[in-house]
Amino acid sequence: MILTQQLVLGLLVGGLYGLAAAGLSLTFGVLRILNVAHGELLMLGGYAAFWLFALWGIDPFLSLLGIGPAMFILGLVLYWALFQFVVRAHEELRIKNSLLIGFGLTLVLHTLAIHFWTADERAVTTAYAGAVIRVGTLAIPLVRLTSLVLAFAVLTALQLFLARARWGRAIRATAEDWEAAALMGIPVGKTYLLAFALGTALAGIAGGLVSVSYSISPSIGLEWTLKALIVVVLAGLGSLFGCFAGGILLGLAEATSVVFLGGPYREVIGLLLFLIILVVRPQGLFGGRA
Amino acid sequence: MLEVDDLEVSYGALPALQRVNLRVGRGEIVALVGPNGAGKSTLLKTIAGLMTPRGGSIRWEGKRLDVEPPEHIVECGVALVPEGRRLFARMTVRENLELGAFTQRAQKERREQMERVYILFPRLREREDQLAGSLSGGEQQMLALGRALMGLPRLLLLDEPSMGLAPRVVESIFAILAELHRDGMSLLVVEQSVHAVLTLAQRAYLLEGGKIVGEGEGQTMLKDDHIRAAYLGPLARGTA
Repeated sequence: MILTQQLVLGLLVGGLYGLAAAGLSLTFGVLRILNVAHGELLMLGGYAAFWLFALWGIDPFLSLLGIGPAMFILGLVLYWALFQFVVRAHEELRIKNSLLIGFGLTLVLHTLAIHFWTADERAVTTAYAGAVIRVGTLAIPLVRLTSLVLAFAVLTALQLFLARARWGRAIRATAEDWEAAALMGIPVGKTYLLAFALGTALAGIAGGLVSVSYSISPSIGLEWTLKALIVVVLAGLGSLFGCFAGGILLGLAEATSVVFLGGPYREVIGLLLFLIILVVRPQGLFGGRA
Repeated sequence: MLEVDDLEVSYGALPALQRVNLRVGRGEIVALVGPNGAGKSTLLKTIAGLMTPRGGSIRWEGKRLDVEPPEHIVECGVALVPEGRRLFARMTVRENLELGAFTQRAQKERREQMERVYILFPRLREREDQLAGSLSGGEQQMLALGRALMGLPRLLLLDEPSMGLAPRVVESIFAILAELHRDGMSLLVVEQSVHAVLTLAQRAYLLEGGKIVGEGEGQTMLKDDHIRAAYLGPLARGTA
């Protein structure tokens, strides 16, 4: 029974891992850069939801409607100010330079967050925060369930955009072969900008959802970058729903390890999965190409 | 008309093209032949905007192309079918064609143009919903050509359209090129099948070591001793 309850919680947190990973996967797949500040962007989204609730009492789920676009704009600015210089380099150089810039950005955002918001742990505690749905002896926290559904909805919307919209297809084409995309008349620089901004918006929305069900603090960034990275490796590049499934898989694996090995091993199991996948199936569970 | 004047391109310190001059008249088929590493692909990529020249100029219908990014060059009506085709393998045939019509100009005529491409290549209509990566080599070359046509080009740059294809497929691809030419398209074709392309082309350039070393009418070039010795092989000498 404890196992089932833990698995339910693992499933619920897994959706957020998936959402966090989708943003990282998008920027990695399209721009071929690794944005290690992804978790810090998520942290910013979390604080946005927290302050909107603490100062003006805006419902955190409602504030996502503002946080998404605001983080999209922040993504535009970050790309324009920092990452546009990275993507001009050849591919091996891109990864290295993006790591340097990402770590720098991580430090800056982390320090600014401590400076302005202190290192205290925060959480959005709404009136309905404690509500649970009981199924037999299982207790399903309502806000976490809502978060899972919303994460799925956001990824579905993004998937539709990538599959159908003119610019969505341009992003996919650029991810597959940027030179061929340029030959189609696709302005590759603009698709990079768009993909990065979308990735940032995804991080922000994920952060908003994290603040509702879990705690946030200036230092959560690294942990979430790591989770997202594990999920991206687990799922492989190229599929948003693969990310979602990979996230849930990681959540379930963590839950299992909590029951059988104890809480402290929760973080170890993810890294173990990471290593196993890299050795056994480096293209990821759902990735098409090696 | 395409006018390439004194074009200089280099990879780092290594010169790839030196003082290249070339013309493709309106509605003309021009062949570009030469050994591997002569700079043929480099020339096409530079015209398409994927590489930036160090010197010289490229003009198309009087407009400078060498200062423009690739997407503007496509908008001006110049399209490259790259070496190795470079299809979007994980997308369907239809999606590949729709991406070919990405520019504003091509968007407006997307449906009509796709119909024309399907009439030109009926096989593509049959394979419409298949992933591009699952097509045969010949079908892939048809899709690469069709995708470029979706951008409504007036000048088509082709890099080794016959590469890796069976002779019969090559024949049908060349027949399509001849048809496009009859409809008024200008073509600049890089090709290893020197005999086939010189038969098709009105004029040809010979590129060696990054320099244009020969130029003439296709039929005249076919009879040129140097070309026959170097590119058409001993058999051609007896039969041509």
